[in-house]
Amino acid sequence: MPLITATSPYISPSGSVTRVMLQVLLALVPGIFAVIWFFGWGVIVNMTIAITTALVFEAIMLKLRHRPVTRYLTDGSAIVTAVLLALAIPSLAPWWVVFIGTAFAIVFGKQLFGGLGYNPFNPAMLGYALLLISFPREMTVWVLPHGLHQETLGFLDTVTIILGEQVPAHLNMDALTSATPLDTVKTQIGLKQTLDEIYSASLFGVLAGKGWEWINAWFLVGGMWLLYKRIISWHIPFALLGGMFAIALVFYLVDSDAYPSPVFHWFSGAAMLGAFFIATDPISACTTNKGRLIFGAGIGILTYIIRSWGGYPDGIAFAVLLMNMAAPTIDHYTQPRVFGHSKDEHT
Amino acid sequence: MPMRNIKTWHFNGGLHLEEFKEISTQEPVEPAPIPRRLILPLHQHIGEQAEPIVEIGDKVLKGQQIARATGYVSLPVHASSSGTVVDINDYHVPHPSGLKAPCIVIDTDSEDQWIKREPVNYQAFNPSQLRNIIREAGIAGLGGAGFPSFIKMNPGINQSIDTLILNGAECEPYITCDDMLMRERPHDIIAGLKIIRHALNASRVLIGIEDNKPEAIKALREATSDEENVDVVAIPSLYPAGGEKQIIKVLTGKEVPSNGLPPDIGVVCHNVATAVAVYRAVDIGEPLISRYVTVTGSGITRPRNLDVRFGTPMDELIVYCGGHVDNIDQIVMGGPMMGFTLMTPDAPIIKTTNCILANKDALPEQPAMPCIRCGDCAAACPVNLLPQQIYWHARAREFDRIQDYNLFDCIECGCCAYVCPSHIPLVQYYRFAKTTIWQQERDKKKSDIARQRHEFRLERLERDKQERAERHRRKREALANKASGKAGSSGDIGNDEKKKAIMAALERVSAKKTEKKTWPKNIDSLTPEQLKLIKEVDERRARAKQKRIEAINSDSAPETVEK
Repeated sequence: MPLITATSPYISPSGSVTRVMLQVLLALVPGIFAVIWFFGWGVIVNMTIAITTALVFEAIMLKLRHRPVTRYLTDGSAIVTAVLLALAIPSLAPWWVVFIGTAFAIVFGKQLFGGLGYNPFNPAMLGYALLLISFPREMTVWVLPHGLHQETLGFLDTVTIILGEQVPAHLNMDALTSATPLDTVKTQIGLKQTLDEIYSASLFGVLAGKGWEWINAWFLVGGMWLLYKRIISWHIPFALLGGMFAIALVFYLVDSDAYPSPVFHWFSGAAMLGAFFIATDPISACTTNKGRLIFGAGIGILTYIIRSWGGYPDGIAFAVLLMNMAAPTIDHYTQPRVFGHSKDEHT
Repeated sequence: MPMRNIKTWHFNGGLHLEEFKEISTQEPVEPAPIPRRLILPLHQHIGEQAEPIVEIGDKVLKGQQIARATGYVSLPVHASSSGTVVDINDYHVPHPSGLKAPCIVIDTDSEDQWIKREPVNYQAFNPSQLRNIIREAGIAGLGGAGFPSFIKMNPGINQSIDTLILNGAECEPYITCDDMLMRERPHDIIAGLKIIRHALNASRVLIGIEDNKPEAIKALREATSDEENVDVVAIPSLYPAGGEKQIIKVLTGKEVPSNGLPPDIGVVCHNVATAVAVYRAVDIGEPLISRYVTVTGSGITRPRNLDVRFGTPMDELIVYCGGHVDNIDQIVMGGPMMGFTLMTPDAPIIKTTNCILANKDALPEQPAMPCIRCGDCAAACPVNLLPQQIYWHARAREFDRIQDYNLFDCIECGCCAYVCPSHIPLVQYYRFAKTTIWQQERDKKKSDIARQRHEFRLERLERDKQERAERHRRKREALANKASGKAGSSGDIGNDEKKKAIMAALERVSAKKTEKKTWPKNIDSLTPEQLKLIKEVDERRARAKQKRIEAINSDSAPETVEK
């Protein structure tokens, strides 16, 4: 029998891409349950549409690009993209919003750049940015979190709204939806309200918006688990939340009536989802440890700037995309000192 | 000397690997049987291949030199048992390429008869003499790389060695040959250590052993209890702590500079098995002809360590350890991280064979996925490289960029490939990039030489042309001068002189030709008809020449002559 020749190492490797993606999905579970709890069946419907769309387009593109379909479909990366995007889209958005966003993310954000590993931008955030720019109305109308409305939004009602784009007769959409807490804060501050007055609205809870604070807390838990399992390194989440905290603290100390506290920012919008699950997408992020700190801090600060003075309610997506652009340059200038080299030697 | 607490340092990254070491440490080491046939490659070390000094049919004794070193970085090869040289030819050798290489083949006579051994007292010898003994004993580093040891005992005149390190880390999974050696022969190690220390004049000695070998640590601590300034240090088990640069960092906190060598920072590092080889070469007078080899893996029923003669075919060892060659589908020489697979099971044991890993259920090779830039490789890299960037540029064949990322600092330990979730054979890419760059440099040197040669040729041609032009110009000038002189003075003198000169030259030429004619010609065996023909031809030639001379004489224009 001829001997099998192979390249080293000759002991089983420690992980696989599929395992990484599955663990990311697993870590998302607590947060996903929280989102479903507060925003209803729509989240599940959105995720189903997104995952199906992602897998179908991924398969078509792989076929067109003559790549092994099964091997790449089972890597799980398309599902992660789909889930992250679905979580960022309002739960009652029409089906075609999710469909267009996911298809764009997979086809233009990922496959046209060369597929897994070659996309310079986070595909989910690219899809989100497209949707936010193209369909601002659909993308900013959020259902009130569970507990803030009296309506009972059943599964069939949800499906009717999302797929049929019709509001069942017994529902009053205006009573059901509102702007997000982040959005509310921004518009109310624009109207010269103080934060105390703004927070007194029923929309707000202890740390930030009702519901949102819990969702962020659960994503934080999932993120800590990813850290514990060493699927992600601490650098990006730590720097992102640190950067956001620092800049928010400065303005909060300057004028606590006009600028929400750092903690409010941490537990609003997609802060925790962004810090642990979106910004940490390794493909489009920095790879050096020093670079990751700069990358994360950049996202945190840019998010704060966009939230406070930009035209959009949340800034995670644009901040991530902007820092994605900067990642290769940051990586180039933050190479670690190689063993046996002096400190000032490397570029 | 009482045990001291020696501070240890860390290097970046590294891996805690499952060890699989206890499998092969259950039995004491015993000598492997003498094989019927020994296959001794001429190239068992880093450097130039040795040159055979025996011929087919020669009787050789155990320990007799059968191939001599060629050049400085080279080592001799010795017969590892007595017998008859039956072939000097290309055989399968343990090399990743699977190619054959020159070997001396000896049919053993099972008498195992030694040559005369001449032990010496090392203290009576100076370092240079000791190095020579060690070189003649054919000692290469037994840790795995196989660099000639005598060179590592020569720090050069400008460097003084303050620390000698004995490397007993043995950080790769499965391998236990150094562990067993330290357990069983600690005093031999210390005897060798004293010789190396004497040759280097090193003030202190550190013996680094990973803390997963408590028996070895204990044995060496006992053996060194009387030694001055010798410390046995238990270092944390973390692959690749046994790499030379890594163990130096761990034990001294100093980093060997990139492109530098340990003596640059006053350190020399030898493997514990090398120390034993040095001891045997000096104190007993035996050249290096055998070593401890770990025979292990899932295809081996009695995994253990054996004292194996170089040249012993691996399949015989596998069978001796209860393996069935037919059941084994992969043989790795070395450890699972830095070893390589063999194409045939009959390759011989050589100086760098520390382990034979014979598996019957080889891992199916996982298809590589694209790099997802997770950075796990960078976190694991003991040299602090960015493996994914190097991979990226190696794949794109951007060999200029790749050197910005310090490719040549890579020690090929395989940590990056092990942690890669995409199962990319990263080390292969680095080896590919390194060899391609070396090749490019060689090609560049070659083309530089060719270019220089070409430029010199053009220059020479140009110079020749100019010289010729200059000569012609001078001649023309001379003639023109004469012509103008003639116009002013008495008639045809210039022309006459010219003609005279030409005539003289032609006469000289014909004289030469006549001279030649007097040389013996091959006409002895020719017929009279042929001779007659030759004579006619000669006459015709003479007439033609005469005509030419007359023509010149009658011609008055010097230009025609010029032409």
